[in-house]
Amino acid sequence: MPPIIKAQNVSKQYRLGASQSSYGTLRDALASTVRASFGRKKQDPEKEETIWALRDVSFEIDPGEVVGIIGRNGAGKSTLLKILSRITEPTTGRVELYGRVGSLLEVGTGFHPELTGRENIFLNGVIMGMKREEIERKFDEIVAFAEVSKFLDTPVKRYSSGMYIRLAFAVAAHLEPEILIVDEVLAVGDTSFQRKCLDKMNEVSRHGRTVLFVSHNMPAVTRLCDRTILLDEGTILKDGPSHQVVSAYLKSGLGTTAVREWSDRTRAPGNDVVRLIAVRIRTEDNETRDAADIRKPVGVEMEYEVLRTGHVLMPNYHFFNEEGVNVFVAGDHDPLWRRRARPIGHYLSTAWIPGNFLSEGTVIVGVAISTFDPVVVHFYERDAVAFQVVDSLDGDSARGDYGGPMPGVVRPLLKWETQFVPSEETNPMSSPEVRNA
Amino acid sequence: MQVSGRSATEPSMNTAVSSKNIPSPHLPDKPLFVVEARGSGVDLNLKELWAHRELLYFMVWRDVKIRYKQTLLGAAWAVLQPLLTMLIFTLIFSKVAKIDSDGIPYPVFAYAGLLPWTFFSGAITSSGDSLVGNAHLITKVYFPRLIIPIAGAGAALVSFGVAFPLLVVLMFYYQIGLTWNILLLPLLVLLTTLLAIAVGTWLSAVNVKYRDVKFATPFLVQVWMYASPVAYPASVIPQRFKFLYSLNPLTGIIEGYRAALFGQPINWRSLGMVIPITLALLAYASHEFRKMEKTFADII
Repeated sequence: MPPIIKAQNVSKQYRLGASQSSYGTLRDALASTVRASFGRKKQDPEKEETIWALRDVSFEIDPGEVVGIIGRNGAGKSTLLKILSRITEPTTGRVELYGRVGSLLEVGTGFHPELTGRENIFLNGVIMGMKREEIERKFDEIVAFAEVSKFLDTPVKRYSSGMYIRLAFAVAAHLEPEILIVDEVLAVGDTSFQRKCLDKMNEVSRHGRTVLFVSHNMPAVTRLCDRTILLDEGTILKDGPSHQVVSAYLKSGLGTTAVREWSDRTRAPGNDVVRLIAVRIRTEDNETRDAADIRKPVGVEMEYEVLRTGHVLMPNYHFFNEEGVNVFVAGDHDPLWRRRARPIGHYLSTAWIPGNFLSEGTVIVGVAISTFDPVVVHFYERDAVAFQVVDSLDGDSARGDYGGPMPGVVRPLLKWETQFVPSEETNPMSSPEVRNA
Repeated sequence: MQVSGRSATEPSMNTAVSSKNIPSPHLPDKPLFVVEARGSGVDLNLKELWAHRELLYFMVWRDVKIRYKQTLLGAAWAVLQPLLTMLIFTLIFSKVAKIDSDGIPYPVFAYAGLLPWTFFSGAITSSGDSLVGNAHLITKVYFPRLIIPIAGAGAALVSFGVAFPLLVVLMFYYQIGLTWNILLLPLLVLLTTLLAIAVGTWLSAVNVKYRDVKFATPFLVQVWMYASPVAYPASVIPQRFKFLYSLNPLTGIIEGYRAALFGQPINWRSLGMVIPITLALLAYASHEFRKMEKTFADII
């Protein structure tokens, strides 16, 4: 089958800092014109600091394929998506698209807060490339999907953020391009809606649409995509079946692992108050490892440096499962440090998750340090570390002797009590103690 | 980005959608779109622009809709702006400076000039700012970028339409009868629109790179107004400056409006200059726009 997307040696160069302050002033332009006319050499464009966001990227995608694109921040994912969606052009190389492209790089592109839900559905739909007649036809479906029918004539600035996102995604989910490009839009919204979106994307792909899906949500990538492309530093590191690529990514240290250390202080998460040094997953025996026995406690350790005193700091962890569900959040409630500003120095804070509590599978940990009153998030490093929770089949975990799949976001081993009343007819020898219990 | 539109193939692509199993869509033989570094060649691609006319409509509609949000007087401002300026002009130019207005009562004379002027200046101001104001769209979704500044001018055209009936009222009040000259009006509105698109488009593109435009535009607008026969008739311009003066396309246009409305003789020579100048500016502006367009998403 001929491919629907053909990317050949695509490279993209950016001038450094281009995203922030590249727009010059007329003065600079005039000055350089004056310099040039007085015979002085113009600045050599080659000497300008540049960065290759993509380097020689080639791939082909067949119609109907659902392809995940993963890689850490700055790997070139967004640049690739922008080129595929024709927002920007490559410096060299070329992409051939054999179908219409709908890109969803953000939910609610073009939403205007002053306009009502109804008006924004039309505006956003047309911006995303739908025809007015097409929007009219799907209008009821979009409204039903977003669950906002009561607020259709309310300006969206009065919407809760959940409603806003639902409406925005609902419009996007009803796009019908041959190629759908989706960038991390599932990172927002509540879990039930995230699930709905994943289902909708699943449905879209079953209908033969080609989907490119960029995400940090590895379980979602594995579940939705048959094939995954791993980008690193602008080049394709791996391209193959999703489970292989994802597990290679997780193991390689490019993605999330049990240990993360920031050797380069300037790149470490933090600010001028506190800076993260390392995050580790460890066992009671003080070993750092990425697999944990479901029955044993797991320690999550954060090493950090307080650079400026005067702040009451609360280290906190955010635990997510493979589906991206926030299983729970845990903040440091060590009474010794309650309402007490942490002096300058080096710290190691460990939180212990009890054994027989987490469910089986991957647990992804986000790490943050915050101050309350007023609320300041000094840093939040999402997907900082990850580990596998492995359930034994020894029969002494919550699973017992059951070997099949077990649902649930947690798997506590509960204390069970049994009351037993034997039926007199069948068991006349029943003990009176049990009966009285 | 070079884009070769092949909209004819689109319907055949949709047939795959209904199939539940792995479909085999009929892919076009040639790519629908090619994304690559564009050389120096500039392709206006009017066909693509036409294909996005619904988007243009909705962008204009949005601008009109939100322009007067949270104002007490709402769309009345579209009338009040030229009306209040007309009253000030009447006081200063007619009562104090006693300027001659070619025999037409000054208030209606001024309003007839202010109407196209308010349209033009409003259009280039909002369209000059439009790309930067819509940066979030430019970095997130593809569509012909020209739509954005054109929509800015389109919204000003709507305000023009709202302010127009007052002119009819004024003409009725001053008992100015219509002549066949009125048939020229649609052409004049078209020329004003095209000129506003040309200037606005160019300003908007330059503004992406040099934010100086935002500060320079108000002065440009002010100077341009005094260089055009808005508050005074072109007849007061000394003969030796006449040619220079007529190089300003708004001279011919505004004089044209008055001739069309008040039945004064039409200055064909001056109008004859407006058309090529406007078209040349339009060609230059859209060419420059297309050239600068490829870096919009990277530098905005």
